Amino acid sequence: MSQVLFRDSIPREELMDPGHLACPGCGAALAMRLVLKGLGEKTIVALPACCWTIIAGPWPQSSLHVPLFHTAFETAAATASGIKAALSVRGDDETTVMAWAGDGGTFDIGLQALSGAAERNEDFLYCCYDNEAYMNTGIQRSSATPWGAWTTTTPASHPESHPKKDILAIMAAHRIPYAATACVAYPDDLVAKVQRAKATRGTRFMHILAPCPPGWRMEDDESIELARMAVRSRVFPLMEVEDGERWRFTIEHPREPVEPYIRRQGRFRHLTHEQVARIQSDVDARWERLERRVRQGV
Amino acid sequence: MKKVIMGNHAVSWGVKLARAEVIAAYPITPQTQVVEALAEMCADGRLDARFIKVESEHSAMAACIGASATGVRAFTATSSQGLLLMHEMLHWAGSGRLPVVMADINRAVAPGWSIWTDQNDSLAQRDTGWIQLYCENNQDVLDTTIQAFRLAETVNLPVMIVLDAFFLSHTSEPVDIPEPADVDAFLPRRDAPLKLDVKEPHAFGSLTRPEVYMEMRLRQQEAMEESIAALEAIDVEWGRRFGRRWGAIECYRTEKADTVLVTSGTITSTARTVVDERRARGEKVGLVKVRMFRPFPTGLLRAALAGVRRVAVLDRNISPGHGGIFAEELRSALYDLEPARRPSVDGFIVGLGGRDVTPQVIAECLDRVAPETAGVGAREDLWVGIKP
Repeated sequence: MSQVLFRDSIPREELMDPGHLACPGCGAALAMRLVLKGLGEKTIVALPACCWTIIAGPWPQSSLHVPLFHTAFETAAATASGIKAALSVRGDDETTVMAWAGDGGTFDIGLQALSGAAERNEDFLYCCYDNEAYMNTGIQRSSATPWGAWTTTTPASHPESHPKKDILAIMAAHRIPYAATACVAYPDDLVAKVQRAKATRGTRFMHILAPCPPGWRMEDDESIELARMAVRSRVFPLMEVEDGERWRFTIEHPREPVEPYIRRQGRFRHLTHEQVARIQSDVDARWERLERRVRQGV
Repeated sequence: MKKVIMGNHAVSWGVKLARAEVIAAYPITPQTQVVEALAEMCADGRLDARFIKVESEHSAMAACIGASATGVRAFTATSSQGLLLMHEMLHWAGSGRLPVVMADINRAVAPGWSIWTDQNDSLAQRDTGWIQLYCENNQDVLDTTIQAFRLAETVNLPVMIVLDAFFLSHTSEPVDIPEPADVDAFLPRRDAPLKLDVKEPHAFGSLTRPEVYMEMRLRQQEAMEESIAALEAIDVEWGRRFGRRWGAIECYRTEKADTVLVTSGTITSTARTVVDERRARGEKVGLVKVRMFRPFPTGLLRAALAGVRRVAVLDRNISPGHGGIFAEELRSALYDLEPARRPSVDGFIVGLGGRDVTPQVIAECLDRVAPETAGVGAREDLWVGIKP
């Protein structure tokens, strides 16, 4: 793969100020910065309860250079539907409406509204930044928390006992025009997907892995490296799905073992060798399913 | 133009004439006809609005909130369980100072399942920051719907139009439908001074620290208080343009009355006939209709009821463990009157879950009003029409 220079592929314009309130090393802050670079200033953000409620800054400040509407936890997709309808009825078909929610607001409490909006093919971009637990309330498990992980509601003696919900497949099943995964360790891939989403009409969904140093129990400067390991080990493959049926991988995924990725995070510290082996086999099995989907696609 | 239409369609016509721009709704009996008619109007181009067929009432209100924050006129309608599901978002619209307008068809709350009328659904929302206007007949419904948008956008507060299930929602009455051009002159297109706008980006609803939160709520309370006078001014203009007035309250035959019934909704029309009968017999009975429940028109009610000996409040609702809600609020409003001019207030619980409130029921309430010597708060609210 030829080397891509970010200065060529990623717009220089900054629509987010550095004075935001994210923790050091926050993947969610970087994800927003990159997504807004891809969308540009003609963007309106609908923001439910999540870490970004804080990161955006208290009244009367805002760390974003685009309009931002804070809304209730489960309403990102419904609120975005209303904003889009209002723009549309007044003749503005240019501005992008973006719902920006965490994994709790997407996988759990906001899933009903998101499914409704996706089924109606509402014309907005929905971004889920996934830090794999309710981090803003102090690290409680969500249905995006991976099997085996410690959180404050899944203590090490009884760690998370369910696999992570497959949100990409759920969204693809709505046959929306565009769904993708992305990751802050691959900014060129992420921004290209945002630009692709921006140019598409209808419901567009992006699932963005956003490492959380306090929640994953790692150092502040490890976010990018661990996010890259998640992709290279196929724990979090980078993909696109068009119309729910044409699946493809957007980068190479060398099959690096999951163990180094797992062992670098304190949230998995309690896992035995056998439990890590189970995670490896789950990742391999899911990869095979994804490969079948990609092969079946056009 | 006069048309014979049901109350639900009076709402639809009002929304059409108000040129609502975004409608988001979810079906529930007995509301559904409101939005069915609006869906047809949107589909055939009579109304230039976006209709969002959301997957729940919670999302209906969230979508209206998003649309209203973007500066357009937003509407939804619901009933009972649907309104209760919206509760969280009602606060969002209220404290967000968003002039969303909603029709609530008063329907009793389950369990047991009931589709028939009472006011517990809307009154359970009394502290959400919504103006509430209770309608008596279908003309009232249509006029109130249009007035509601004007009022909401004047004071930047959401307005709930409330009408009784079936007695209004499904009952056809002749309704004078104003000319669109006349309504346009009364209610121009919404021009929100502050909205989600990429040319002037703001953040709305951000984290609000203790140093400023109270002031935001005080501004909301001040707007609520202003809305009583705002409704009066809007109603005066409405009367000038269309020849009808409704007021925040209405006094009916209260001159020199000893005993005054206080009512809301369709019970009022029945109560008027009872008042007429009693007056014909020489009894000094009158009636005050409360159209505006939030904000509570305390000053107007004090002025109307000061010096009356006995007040009988008919409550088609119950706050379990306390009593009838209109009676509670009225007692509170009248408490500061000097004792010599303060009426006794008897509360009567009637008509829950759609039970008929007949002239006989209202007559029984009047007959059971305690002598004024019993004093305020001397007994619990009475339940009338209860089977042994």
